[in-house]
Amino acid sequence: MAFAAFGSGGGGKHSSPTKSNGKVALFLLIPGLSYLGLFFLTPLISLVVTSLEAPDPSGAIGVYQYGFEINNYVYAIQTFWPHIARSFTYALIATVCALLISYPLAYFIGVRLRTRPLLQGLLLTLVIAPFFISFLLRTFAWRQIFSSDGVVMQFLHATHILAPDQYIAGTDFMVIFGLTYNFIPFMTLPLYTTLERLDLRLLEASSDLYASPATTFRKVTLPITMPGIISGTLLTFIPIAGDFVNASPEFLGGAKTAMIGNVVQSSFLETMDYPTASALSVMLMAVILVLVSVYVKKSGTEDLL
Amino acid sequence: MATEFVARGADLELVGIRREFPGFTAIENLDLHIPAGEFFALLGPSGCGKTTTLRLVAGLDEPTKGKILIGGQDVTGTKAYQRPVNTVFQSYALFPHMSILENVAFGLRQRKVADPLAKAQEALELVQLSHLAQRRPAQLSGGQQQRVALARALVNRPSLLLLDEPLGALDLKLRREMQIELKAIQMEVGLTFLHVTHDQEEAMDMADIVAVMNKGRIEQMGAPEKLYDRPHTAFVAKFLGQSNLFTGQVVEQNASSISIDFKGHKLTVPKDRAERHSGLVTIGVRPEKAMFHEVQPAASSDVNIIGPGEIIDIRFTGVSNQYLIEIPNIGQVTVFAQNVGKSPVVELGAKVWVTFKVEHTFGLADNPDGATADNDAVDGED
Amino acid sequence: MRKFSLGKWTLPVYSTLAFIYLLIPIAYTFVFSFNDTFKSNISWRGFTFDNWVNVCDQQGVCEAFGSSVLIGVISTLIATAMGTAIAIAIVRYRFKARSMVNLLLFLPMATPEVVLGAGLASQFLSMGVDKGIVTIIIAHVMFCLSFVVVTVKARVASLDPALEEAGRDLYASPSQVFWKITFPLLLPGIMAAALLSFALSFDDFIITNFNAGPATTFPKYVYTAASKGIPAEANVVGSAVFLFAILVVVTVQVRGAIKAKRLAAIK
Repeated sequence: MAFAAFGSGGGGKHSSPTKSNGKVALFLLIPGLSYLGLFFLTPLISLVVTSLEAPDPSGAIGVYQYGFEINNYVYAIQTFWPHIARSFTYALIATVCALLISYPLAYFIGVRLRTRPLLQGLLLTLVIAPFFISFLLRTFAWRQIFSSDGVVMQFLHATHILAPDQYIAGTDFMVIFGLTYNFIPFMTLPLYTTLERLDLRLLEASSDLYASPATTFRKVTLPITMPGIISGTLLTFIPIAGDFVNASPEFLGGAKTAMIGNVVQSSFLETMDYPTASALSVMLMAVILVLVSVYVKKSGTEDLL
Repeated sequence: MATEFVARGADLELVGIRREFPGFTAIENLDLHIPAGEFFALLGPSGCGKTTTLRLVAGLDEPTKGKILIGGQDVTGTKAYQRPVNTVFQSYALFPHMSILENVAFGLRQRKVADPLAKAQEALELVQLSHLAQRRPAQLSGGQQQRVALARALVNRPSLLLLDEPLGALDLKLRREMQIELKAIQMEVGLTFLHVTHDQEEAMDMADIVAVMNKGRIEQMGAPEKLYDRPHTAFVAKFLGQSNLFTGQVVEQNASSISIDFKGHKLTVPKDRAERHSGLVTIGVRPEKAMFHEVQPAASSDVNIIGPGEIIDIRFTGVSNQYLIEIPNIGQVTVFAQNVGKSPVVELGAKVWVTFKVEHTFGLADNPDGATADNDAVDGED
Repeated sequence: MRKFSLGKWTLPVYSTLAFIYLLIPIAYTFVFSFNDTFKSNISWRGFTFDNWVNVCDQQGVCEAFGSSVLIGVISTLIATAMGTAIAIAIVRYRFKARSMVNLLLFLPMATPEVVLGAGLASQFLSMGVDKGIVTIIIAHVMFCLSFVVVTVKARVASLDPALEEAGRDLYASPSQVFWKITFPLLLPGIMAAALLSFALSFDDFIITNFNAGPATTFPKYVYTAASKGIPAEANVVGSAVFLFAILVVVTVQVRGAIKAKRLAAIK
């Protein structure tokens, strides 16, 4: 599945390219690649161009002219550095939480239940079940569950776990909680694909060679399943860093939880400050690309697709 | 479609075939003629160019140079689907999404032959699988799949049937059974079979003619008995069974034989069993044609003697015992003795002389790699 | 085996808790689709089937759902066709700039959705294109394409080239080989890619939000409604889609399991 996208997964036994008929290959490649060129690459360039534009001399809102305003970036960083820092902090914490929740879960389904394929399949369906209900609806559901007049909060207040003036909705915790929840399947699936292929005889060999279960996990299981961990963390971290639904006040966020995504979307769609929105997007993209390439290089996962 | 589909096999002719791939040449210069109705085996180690040859004949690949003629007709430029040739693939390549019957009927349907299903059913009867016609390939065992692949090719009555290591994936016992069956079917349908294999026993067992291929060239071609009895090159002598090879300078010759000096031993080979009669010559003998003796045999003009040496290894393989004899300054010689109950009872370390009849020796056209006049004997390898 | 387990019950209990966590919002959405709402759908007021029976009475829900389906179907068709072609080319053909092509296909998956959405929107802006259903479809095809390639590619790679050669050997012309052998064998992979693509398109909000203009999709409807409180009818649509998807997936799985059992029985 696509969730092996970042891993070494996929690829069957007959993977060597056999033909060298350039014309046919070109015919097959051109529609899709030119589409990506037109609607993926060009927009990225357009984003860079927009990020350097200067306001129109007329002063009209939302009208800009070509320029080379590096100051747009300076302004974006100066004004929005808390949002930038918040985005990556949230993303980091949520990714780690998702990994901690997903790994045992994937291990249970992929290793423990190996002898019962039907149950394995059904539980895997449960893992991706959140995908089948609208992203916005499931996020909104959490907001309702933790809303100030909801049952959960009433319970927490009645038991004095939280002070009467303390709430969960709108806090950093709530946003990270939602981000973790929403992207767990992206973490669990690649972990599952590597754990499902884990050769249990290796674990037996390890314990035969005097390794304790903990040592076996650390020295055998973990390194072997590293491709799944890498692919899972990337698949989780990237969308979280760019998300704006969870952090928006209509959903789980509050006044002080806005992430880069929230700024980009409000600058672009509400205040029509296109250069700032573009500059933030370009920076987000750049940081993610650097992270991905460092990560991939360190882990040696060359074949990305 | 211009090509005719004949019920009888047609002959195949390859003229000056060359096939280059980026970085290496799979076939250098290949000329080959396979007469109609023959069971022809192309034998060689992996990477020798035999599968490339097969693919060229099938039309799945194109030669860089040369011509391919089937039944006298030049088919070099035609595509696979235009050639009256069918292949039994190594992996069988049965279409997993079709029933067995539909698999067999596939070629007939493409050629719009009338009543394809009835003919496919007949072909399945030939391979004794008509009861599985409605199954899917995944539901069949390896041997059954192999037979379906055979039926799927045979049903088209091709002029030439190509077999690409079709028995390679089967276990030994099943392989022997299928060899017999395949040979019987070939006799029954009378088609020309071109069988590619790396299994020398399989090739010798089934084929009328065997061509031994090495590094993109045919080393030697002929009836299996002939190839075994009189290998022409060191490669054939070693690839087809085992051989003891001795290289030395020719020191004596008369009207009927030549003798070489092999580290002080005079070894003689009949002229009509030697490819070369002067210079550095390698002569050989099969291990089962050699004997050993615990007392020194008397010299004789029709027997070659080397020794004494020491038995350093004895292997019991059931039908025969294999002895490895180390002769000082000379090297190792292998001797097979039939296990008929009276084979010499000797133990490791026994001192023995090895003899073999002059009429059983053969002289090669080349020398083993790196052979010099002083070279050690090269024992055969399997 | 016991040696590798973290105690016999730890993992199952942990996994059960994780599943409860995963399923709570789904259960919540489902339950509140039956809420007898008055103004808002926040607190429970009583059970009713009204929201399910008269789902289209709520203004905009069904229209938004309809345009989401339409956009999903069209973008899936386009993305699947182009993606399948690329997947075949990548696995089966040797060509220069292979790694460049792989990079181009990888990048959209590694780009945050806001960037994809804002980029496309800024391009439409500078070109003066009016945003609407068409621009949404253009955007969806773009981000679904790479996922289609990855999914179909795995299938192409596991396809034995000898099968196509056997087809050629058995008198099938190149186009016959494609339609009778290659395509049917790739079909499961293509179907999986199409379903994934539809799911991605149907549920996308972020990219859609940047490129929708006045057009509304179901996620956009929910987002807009969120500030005032999401109507129970939206829960109905979400729950219905959920039930349908689960039903399809479980049916496929159970059928596969039965098939595997039968196969084992024959062998």
